[in-house]
Amino acid sequence: MGRLSTYLDHAATTPVRPEVVEAMAPFAADRFGNASGGHRLARDARTALEDARDVVAAALAADPSDVVFTSGGTEADNLAVLGPLGAGPTTIVTSAVEHPAVLEPARAAARLGFAHVEAPVDAAGAVDVDRLAGLLDDDVAVVSVMLANNEVGTVQPLDQVVDVVRRLAPRAVVHTDAVQAAAWLDVARLAAGADLVSVSAHKIGGPKGAGALVARVPIRPMVHGGGQERERRSGTHDVAGAVGLATALVCAAADREADADRVRALRDRLADGLLAVGGVVESAPRDRVLPGHCHLQFSGVNQEELLVLIDRDGVCAAAGSACASGALEPSHVLLAMGVADPTTAVRFTLGHTTTDADVDRALAVVPAAVVRLRG
Amino acid sequence: MSGGVDSSVAAALMTEAGHDVEGATLKLWGGPSDSGCCSVADVDDARRVAQQLGIPHHVFNMTDHFATAVVDPYVAAHAAGRTPNPCIECNRHVKFDRLLDRATRLGFDALATGHHARVDRAGTYRLLRGADPLKDQSYVLSMLGQHQLARVVLPVGTMTKDDVRAHAARLGLRTAAKPDSQDVCFIHAGDGGREGFLGRRLDLHRADVVDQSGDTVGSVDAVELVTIGQRRGIGHGPDGRRRYVVAVDVTARRVVVGGDPSVDTVALDPVTVTWVDRPLAPGDRAIAQVSAHGRLAGCTVDPGPVVRFDHPQRPVAPGQTVALYDPADPDAVVGAGIAA
Repeated sequence: MGRLSTYLDHAATTPVRPEVVEAMAPFAADRFGNASGGHRLARDARTALEDARDVVAAALAADPSDVVFTSGGTEADNLAVLGPLGAGPTTIVTSAVEHPAVLEPARAAARLGFAHVEAPVDAAGAVDVDRLAGLLDDDVAVVSVMLANNEVGTVQPLDQVVDVVRRLAPRAVVHTDAVQAAAWLDVARLAAGADLVSVSAHKIGGPKGAGALVARVPIRPMVHGGGQERERRSGTHDVAGAVGLATALVCAAADREADADRVRALRDRLADGLLAVGGVVESAPRDRVLPGHCHLQFSGVNQEELLVLIDRDGVCAAAGSACASGALEPSHVLLAMGVADPTTAVRFTLGHTTTDADVDRALAVVPAAVVRLRG
Repeated sequence: MSGGVDSSVAAALMTEAGHDVEGATLKLWGGPSDSGCCSVADVDDARRVAQQLGIPHHVFNMTDHFATAVVDPYVAAHAAGRTPNPCIECNRHVKFDRLLDRATRLGFDALATGHHARVDRAGTYRLLRGADPLKDQSYVLSMLGQHQLARVVLPVGTMTKDDVRAHAARLGLRTAAKPDSQDVCFIHAGDGGREGFLGRRLDLHRADVVDQSGDTVGSVDAVELVTIGQRRGIGHGPDGRRRYVVAVDVTARRVVVGGDPSVDTVALDPVTVTWVDRPLAPGDRAIAQVSAHGRLAGCTVDPGPVVRFDHPQRPVAPGQTVALYDPADPDAVVGAGIAA
């Protein structure tokens, strides 16, 4: 695997940066202390944790006391949706294209007596701010709209969302899932108006199992225990994970502009080459999606079959979301966008390690597979 | 690879024989209102066996096609007073149709399954009973023809069930001791079984039960769930003998019962008739099997086609499959059709 593959599934996960591996290594070696203890080994771990917290805070333009380390983006999203709920407002408003890590806790809350409503999106997958505004009132507790969609890549109008929420749902908090966006966008600036911001390390060259929620408002914990993270998330700290997240955020920010330009050009070449096959459309306009996203619909082709064929030639891509069994489900994002047949869609996502050779290989493999399957 | 021991060993045997093998599990069900299906656990088992065998494993979502081709007709059949066999329809429309087509499109030479039956490839393809008479599944494969059999391999059909489990145990496969699944995959006892499933999709109607003189002798809660030949829930006649359902009229909401009914013929819906190879001609002899492990009945095939039994048989409910075997080669399936 690895370099033998043509890896075009960066939206699913990314290669771990060497700087991250190096930064994390000591914590699997002699810096193994429990950050909650009192002795010198514990204090050493604690220092590393708080240094990481400061770095994460700076990277996201947050106060360190607002940074809650979690086990990843899913936990951060769950905490953001459920944490603000209490005896007050009872409605959760999300866009229709949120990740299941946002939709499912909202649905779970709805089964317990809260309400969950979804704001529709336009044909490019961006939330319709006017329709969203129509759902806002005094009984809204949480409004969650991602910064960028993980499937199609659409960048959401978060600043407009914050604006209408402040005006029309004054008791609500605004959450943005920045898990996908963090690879390419300046989350610190774009999410400055949000009350809750989720990030995940493994989407930006960090380790799996580590993420954070910036919580600028009070939240109740989901995980109870020793009271870590100021009672917001108990459990012995994954110091290595926090350090990995911090390092990844710094690397991503440092390389972002140059990488974005380079990857955007690679993505454009890939997209143009695949569009040229004929009967292929981009799911959303290029200027509205993240630089690494190439989400296409191949008429007359079944996505499962295309993925199997190109996987044989080492091209790793994805489609929609997998359910618990591993089978593809029709994408709720595409259905919300009004796509009639979501089963022809395949997502290619490029990342900071993608090269011209990867695009060359994809263009050598994918068109032939499409033609073959069309029979 | 269903997650059961038979398909696990089928995959193992093909791999051991040196073929390039990939495993596929179908996601066919998992609707929100009838959850509780063990499908995720079964997929996990199939995937793990594939990993143990060192072969790629895919999960294919065919829920839409399954709903259209198997579940919806199953519901409609009950509304019409017919007794369908959804596993046969799944074989006909999904496993040996859509999945077989997909395998071909992806460049595979054959589809192997864990069914207990055999394909004989000397000359024209023959479909034969499995070696273990208690597990023979040729009945549920009886719709296959030359076109499918040319691309189907049934590796465990020459083995007994005990041999299959022993092979799985030798290989340390996690499915070696897994009990066989008995139910229709989308019906669960915990969700109210067949009655619960149909009750959520159909209006079920109470019906009078009358004897053959027309006297009302009882009632049933759901006429749509009653099958011709059924004894369960029907009770005994005044003479103490068992009673069976003789006729069901869903529209009139009436069930007729009688003692020990029998018929001499069963008409097959010509649209549903398939032949493994050469069609039988009127006057040809055959051996009929009308259920998965039913008694065999010698018969002659009349125009229609109508199967004329040598000796009176229990009535065959409309919707049931009649599989026909060759009297000169009794393990060989000749063809099949659905009782009209």
